[in-house]
Amino acid sequence: MTRKLSLAVAAGMMLIGSAASAETLRIGLADDPDVLDPDQSRTFVGRIVYTALCDKLVDIDPDLNFVPQLATAWEWSDGGKTLTMKLRDGVTFHDGEKFDAAAVKANIERSKTLPESRRKSEVKSIDTVDVVDPLTVRFNLKAPDATLLATLSDRAGMMVSPKAAAEAGAGLGAKLVCSGPFKFVERVQQDRIVLEKFPAHWNAANIHFDQVIYRTIPDSTVRLANLQAGDLDMLERLSPPDIATVKADSKLQVVDVVGLGYQGITINNNNGERSKTPLGQDPRVRKALELSIDRAALNQVVFDGAHLPGNQFVSPQSQFYNQAIPVPARDVAKAKALLKEAGAEGFSFEMQFPNNPDMTRAAQVIQAMAAEAGFDVKLRATEFATMLKEQSAGNYQATEVGWSGRVDPDGNIHAFATCKGGINDTKYCNPEVDKLLDAARQTNDVAERKKLYASAIEILDRERPIIYLYHPKWIWALSSKLQGYKPYPDAMIRLEGMKKAS
Amino acid sequence: MLAYFLRRLVGIVPTVVLVSMFVFALQQMLPGDPALALAGEERDPESIAYIREKYHLNEPIWVQYGYWMGGVLKGDLGISLRTNIPVTELLVQKLPVTIQLALMAIAIALLIGIPMGVLSALKRGTPLDWLANVTALSGLSIPNFWLGVLLILLVSVKLGWLPASGYESPFDDPVQNLKTMIMPAFVLGTAIAATMMRHTRSAMLEVLRSDYVRTARAKGVRERFVILRHAFRNALIPVVTIGTLQLGELLAGAVLTEQVFTIPGFGKQIVDAVFNRDYAVVQGVVLCSSLAFILLNLVADMAYFFLNPRIRA
Repeated sequence: MTRKLSLAVAAGMMLIGSAASAETLRIGLADDPDVLDPDQSRTFVGRIVYTALCDKLVDIDPDLNFVPQLATAWEWSDGGKTLTMKLRDGVTFHDGEKFDAAAVKANIERSKTLPESRRKSEVKSIDTVDVVDPLTVRFNLKAPDATLLATLSDRAGMMVSPKAAAEAGAGLGAKLVCSGPFKFVERVQQDRIVLEKFPAHWNAANIHFDQVIYRTIPDSTVRLANLQAGDLDMLERLSPPDIATVKADSKLQVVDVVGLGYQGITINNNNGERSKTPLGQDPRVRKALELSIDRAALNQVVFDGAHLPGNQFVSPQSQFYNQAIPVPARDVAKAKALLKEAGAEGFSFEMQFPNNPDMTRAAQVIQAMAAEAGFDVKLRATEFATMLKEQSAGNYQATEVGWSGRVDPDGNIHAFATCKGGINDTKYCNPEVDKLLDAARQTNDVAERKKLYASAIEILDRERPIIYLYHPKWIWALSSKLQGYKPYPDAMIRLEGMKKAS
Repeated sequence: MLAYFLRRLVGIVPTVVLVSMFVFALQQMLPGDPALALAGEERDPESIAYIREKYHLNEPIWVQYGYWMGGVLKGDLGISLRTNIPVTELLVQKLPVTIQLALMAIAIALLIGIPMGVLSALKRGTPLDWLANVTALSGLSIPNFWLGVLLILLVSVKLGWLPASGYESPFDDPVQNLKTMIMPAFVLGTAIAATMMRHTRSAMLEVLRSDYVRTARAKGVRERFVILRHAFRNALIPVVTIGTLQLGELLAGAVLTEQVFTIPGFGKQIVDAVFNRDYAVVQGVVLCSSLAFILLNLVADMAYFFLNPRIRA
């Protein structure tokens, strides 16, 4: 007992000690964030920076359960059409303004009405927001929306200072004012973003850095060299071939977690003339293509086994994964038989893919595997922005592409597979699937949602508008001095509890 | 002479306008859609429509050009669609970085290239000449990108002498600034030094064979004076031409070197802008670097005047 106590005291002393000396954390990012305004931005790395700058109403834990952040408790009522939240007391924004229910209301309204807002579709289900009392806020929804908590655990739930937002309008990104553990200092585009500790933060005792510097270093080799040279303390998206190097270096460590997204082959089902091929029209041909691919080998050859093979829009680690439909093994004989049955032996199609080294190698492996089953895959490397345009215009037969993933499973499938989905570039349309996915959106009962998604996955697995191949892992490399980093599937870098050993 | 340069200065205006029109038209030919590229993964139709509207992307190309030119005349180069930062602010941030890197690289190139060129011309056929040529050839053949990564691994990771990358403003911390700029400047400079050396060498060889050098020698002018005053000065003319062109190229941004050393200059900026279809940024950077290129050429022409009496007459 006394020993435990003295350990706790010692740990406490160390905390105080590290807080006393000025500590800087330097993080290497693979891209340059876009505009730093949660209502306007769209980049993944932007969200990493927000994790230090902005508090959200709710957060997730590593198992994707929702946990309090600015909201300390919440309750659904009225059949899922009302969400009432209790707010944290004594929270201030970086400009000294008070955070309260009125601030929440102003933030949601900004997301809904700012012309530049890219959050409009995310908060569409919210009809009105009521200020019940200064620390209680009520969201009145147009229809039940099971994805709302997930939405509020991301950019739409980030609270900016209403005063600063009203003054700056769409120009808030020049100097973002939030309530997070760090506040904005300066930004040099394509070089760095500097933040400093916000001492008045409600969780400041758990923050052990005085300054955080995010540096943009696109080349993965150079990013790693900076870490090795001690110019960085950690980096995101370590390239899989470098894992062995980092593991062999006693001064460095590797941390990884399976992400929320997927990579796969999106097949043009019904989007214009180019869908009128055996591949687009005949599910047997798509099944043959899937059976020709050895996912484990693909992962091993291209990514040194770093990622997780999968066959559904959620990873095998998700609670929504349909266990009755496991990742199928490669079966070339069956693939050949299916192709013969469909009268499509020697069938040739074009697959476009983003012209980066990883995707190129993956496309080549897929091409070689599919050839053994009798497919003639023509590869077309395409620059990303062009590829998206071709895909939405229907000018493609198949695309090797992925999705970064969302906390709620709805975000991985609804917009892709419902008849009117906003990013349904396959134009796959099955009213039965629509019904299931809509229903899963409208109930907060997890068991019920699991059943609905399981049924939807069954149909989607039969018809395969998208062949899911693998779920990328997020891989970080850290200095071994850095302690307390917890990987989350959303790949955000949460700084609470992290510290540098001296 | 003054009238000539004034005429040249006035001539800059139509040239820059033509360049800007050309770049504007080329950008429109890029496949892909800026609104789509900017709308994010969700590609919300409402945001796409808003972006199109706000940035006049629905209008015909000459109307878009008109909006842009109208802004330029008022000193407004537009804003970056990606970050909402005004393009003029970006240029102010990046221009000094680009200029510093370009000047340092060219200085390194001159310091290495010219003496090596002169020496190998004077000692033609000797082992020294051979060594200089081999060094120059390898300087030309090693890709910047690769040399950069090798240098980082050796100097920063293994030896720990210099920071691996990054940039510090010379006004904040001049020592750190030099530490971060010396490697990229060296990588760029050595590649150019090789070209410089080859040109200096051949120009020197040619001049040394010319009649006036023979005359000078016949008059009994001391050899050192012949080489420096008569030969070298004239041999400098092609070197000035090459140096100017190289400097101009550097001012447009050294894409790969900036990428490796994460120097926030024009090169990285323009590549990112093209991939994001951030038209205003591409347009602004090209305007700025083409202006610099034209001005540099003017300076080079003036240098010819001073170097060669025959042009002066």
